[in-house]
Amino acid sequence: MKLDVIFRVVAKIFIPFMLVFALYVQFHGDFGPGGGFQAGVVAAAMVIFYAIIFGLEAAQKVFPPRIIELMVPAGVGIFAGVGVLGLLLGENYLNYSPLAHDPAHGQEYGIILVEIGVLVTVAGTMVAIFYSFIGRGR
Amino acid sequence: MVLLTLLAAITIGIIRMRNLFAVVVLGGIYSFLMASVMIVLDAVDVAMTEASVGAGISTVLMLGALYLTKTQETEPAHRLLLPFFVAVATGAVLVFGTFALPPFGAAETPMNLHVAPYYLENSIRDTLVPNVVTSVLSSYRGFDTLGETTVIFTAGIAVLLLLKGKRGVKPGPKRRRVRR
Repeated sequence: MKLDVIFRVVAKIFIPFMLVFALYVQFHGDFGPGGGFQAGVVAAAMVIFYAIIFGLEAAQKVFPPRIIELMVPAGVGIFAGVGVLGLLLGENYLNYSPLAHDPAHGQEYGIILVEIGVLVTVAGTMVAIFYSFIGRGR
Repeated sequence: MVLLTLLAAITIGIIRMRNLFAVVVLGGIYSFLMASVMIVLDAVDVAMTEASVGAGISTVLMLGALYLTKTQETEPAHRLLLPFFVAVATGAVLVFGTFALPPFGAAETPMNLHVAPYYLENSIRDTLVPNVVTSVLSSYRGFDTLGETTVIFTAGIAVLLLLKGKRGVKPGPKRRRVRR
């Protein structure tokens, strides 16, 4: 694979756009189709694409397995933490209303934070599974 | 209709193929067709998920699994009459169930009269989020989504335990024999 110039050049052009697309899907999820789950998968696809073209070691240098594996519980932690935050601020668990000056904005912020949690877990899980699959064998 | 015909054709192809590489690629095509069906049904969020997870990630993971195993499916050891019968019976029951469903997009169904109108009317006021799918998923039904995220977390941890657990053990001669 190391000598496939076309693949490498195309990958270098594509990967930044994939990352931007993942972030677009993430943060435009409030207005159009998309959200944390889809964005996480697209981000994971970017990492997998990179690993396929440039090799597993190069990918693991950029995205270390330790951090990827930390992402898996961290996302659930973010999600549950936002819920606890609502609890601490005097509302029900997972009610985001008290996160901002008025309830609707609080809901909006809460949704954004929660979606980030979903993104982190999904991307981390996908990449971690991919790493463990490919890291096995030969 | 065209999409469903193509789906049926691909299913038959997947059943008849013995080369697993071709089966994985056909599975990816199946997912893309399924995503197109979802777009036809106006479920864009689901279509996006299907295209990225079904056609993208799972195809890659299947190829990764193929890399570790053989790419040719072995001939089945026993007769396939019983599985065939079970599949046909289940399919018949499911088709029978669809006869009782209301027509697609009908407004007067319990599904569209229960909480859906409330979400559609109040999403902007409550959450300032125009995409009702997002506001339902993350806010109104946030607890369910937390559960889903936990499911993904659990699945990821389980796969990691299964696939990575052995790496800590030093590769002895016994293990090598198992692998080859």
